Amino acid sequence: MEFGPHFLLATLEGALTAAVLALTAVGLSVVFGIMRVVNVAHGEFFMLGAVIAWFVSTTVGIHPAVGFLLALVVAPVMVGFLAIVADQLVLRRLDYDPERTIVATIGLLYCIQQVTLMTFGPDARPVIPPFNQRIALPWFELGEQGFQVTWPWGFGVTTYKLAVIMFAVIILVGLWRFLARSKFGLIMRATQLDREMALAFGIPIERVYAIVFGLGAGLAALGAVLIVPIRQAHYLMGGEPLLLSFIVVIIGGLGSIPGTIMAAILIGLSDGIISVFFSPTLAKIIATLLVAFVLVYRPQGLFGRRLP
Amino acid sequence: MRQNSNVVALHAGILASLLILFFITSAYHNGNLARIMVLAVFAMGYNFLFGYTGLLSLGHALFFSAGMYGLGISMHHLELSVLPAFAVALLFTAMVSAAIGFLALRTTGVAFMIVTLMFAQAGYLTILLFGKYTRGDEGFVIQQAERTLFGLDLTDPSIRYFAAFALFAASYLFIAWAVRTSFGRCLVAIRENEARARMLGYDTARHKFLALLASGVLSGVSGAGYALLFGYAGATFASVQYSILPLLWVLLGGSGTTLGPLIGTAFAFYLVDISSEFTSAYLLVVGAAIVFLTLFFPQGLAGEIRRRIAPWLP
Repeated sequence: MEFGPHFLLATLEGALTAAVLALTAVGLSVVFGIMRVVNVAHGEFFMLGAVIAWFVSTTVGIHPAVGFLLALVVAPVMVGFLAIVADQLVLRRLDYDPERTIVATIGLLYCIQQVTLMTFGPDARPVIPPFNQRIALPWFELGEQGFQVTWPWGFGVTTYKLAVIMFAVIILVGLWRFLARSKFGLIMRATQLDREMALAFGIPIERVYAIVFGLGAGLAALGAVLIVPIRQAHYLMGGEPLLLSFIVVIIGGLGSIPGTIMAAILIGLSDGIISVFFSPTLAKIIATLLVAFVLVYRPQGLFGRRLP
Repeated sequence: MRQNSNVVALHAGILASLLILFFITSAYHNGNLARIMVLAVFAMGYNFLFGYTGLLSLGHALFFSAGMYGLGISMHHLELSVLPAFAVALLFTAMVSAAIGFLALRTTGVAFMIVTLMFAQAGYLTILLFGKYTRGDEGFVIQQAERTLFGLDLTDPSIRYFAAFALFAASYLFIAWAVRTSFGRCLVAIRENEARARMLGYDTARHKFLALLASGVLSGVSGAGYALLFGYAGATFASVQYSILPLLWVLLGGSGTTLGPLIGTAFAFYLVDISSEFTSAYLLVVGAAIVFLTLFFPQGLAGEIRRRIAPWLP
């Protein structure tokens, strides 16, 4: 009961972080890959997802599960719609210029944060998970007294956490199929490869951009709804997912979705494991420095291919 | 030649009016102006890299806090007096800038922004990690008794104003001179078209490195000056927010203009100051101002003046 269970527990926590991180980071990656826009307000879309989930689940007072399931649909749609409005009002008018959009999304970040502070308030608020049973997992040990089984409560995990991991996997597989097989996915990839050529073939670029921006924000919101029963909703919660998503997107190779998912698993797991055994601040320093050095010496990312 | 004398008159006029403002404004605004002048040095340093060389960094808080802690730690823990502590701060910032320049300048564009952002974040976390010495977010106060220079008490409001003015004037004149040298002209050429500047035979890598070094050291001067004059060093000054603020000030004032950083810093300072009088939601005002300015005034206030009224504006 020393190293082993702690390690497994850290791995499970890490898998949870990785699942939510993968959703958020894929949202950022899609926006960057297709629109070439670095969306600094991405973390705020994440935060909005959590806050809207709280509003929905508290106003619909039938049963926690009903409210939560409703939030799972309503929050991403609302956040996606808001992102489309922001795209039409601001980003489109800047012609998606990479540097000016960064500055504009910084402005958006401040606005969203402040409006949330004024309406939602400075408190952290919990959302009740739809179901939350603890499962005790047995722990086997070959110790000095021979073979031992510790059960129940060798260590435990809640069903909700497992469900989050599975749900995230389903969404990501679905998204991947959507991008690889559907007509809209084809249009998106065409836009990513060559914007001018796509335009010449009659693809309505601006509409594609609006939808992509909405989709990216919606994915962040979805990740937030999933995590909010475990970690509470708070108006400043967007900072950390933003930074981690950046790290993941860069390590995975800018704009590459499979790379992003691989990197999310790598970062999520290592973040969980390192934070259990070392100082979390040290873990973050190592992660940020890693990103900086990856960008300096391997700008295509660890899993990306070098562009011609 | 007429344009040249215009420029000289403008620089002299700006510095003179800052001196005059000390005598005609209230003590409250004096304090604000001292703060604005110190922070404008930060903005000018940022502008040297962003406005003139065309490199958008999101990590200048690292240089600012390097100066701040370089001075703060050497005064607070090593008990150095002001001048040696200032020298330590500058040396330390120069070392940090050189290291960042060596690494980050291998990248360009968006990658450069993110690399600088990451290094600054690593710096911020390092300050938190060594909380025993840096006191983390809480920060530490540099004792009033230690903050004396040549027998002058730097905590005295009027002496503080003139110390801030001296820092500002030195940096302002340095920038005004540097951008008119062939070195400064070459930086503008790099901003406009790096490949062409390289083809014309300029060592663009060396120019960019030196620009980043100068920009970093100026930011460090501002950080050290801030710690010295206002007696406080804290990790907040290393956070992402303080990397974004100089960008905001420069964009508001007009990037690539000598005067822009001062105008932008003063404008943003009073925007926050005035709006926080009647609403606690000043960040909303700031955020809306950023979006509005990027949409309608991409060249900033001084940039608009240059475009519409005075094309000779430096």
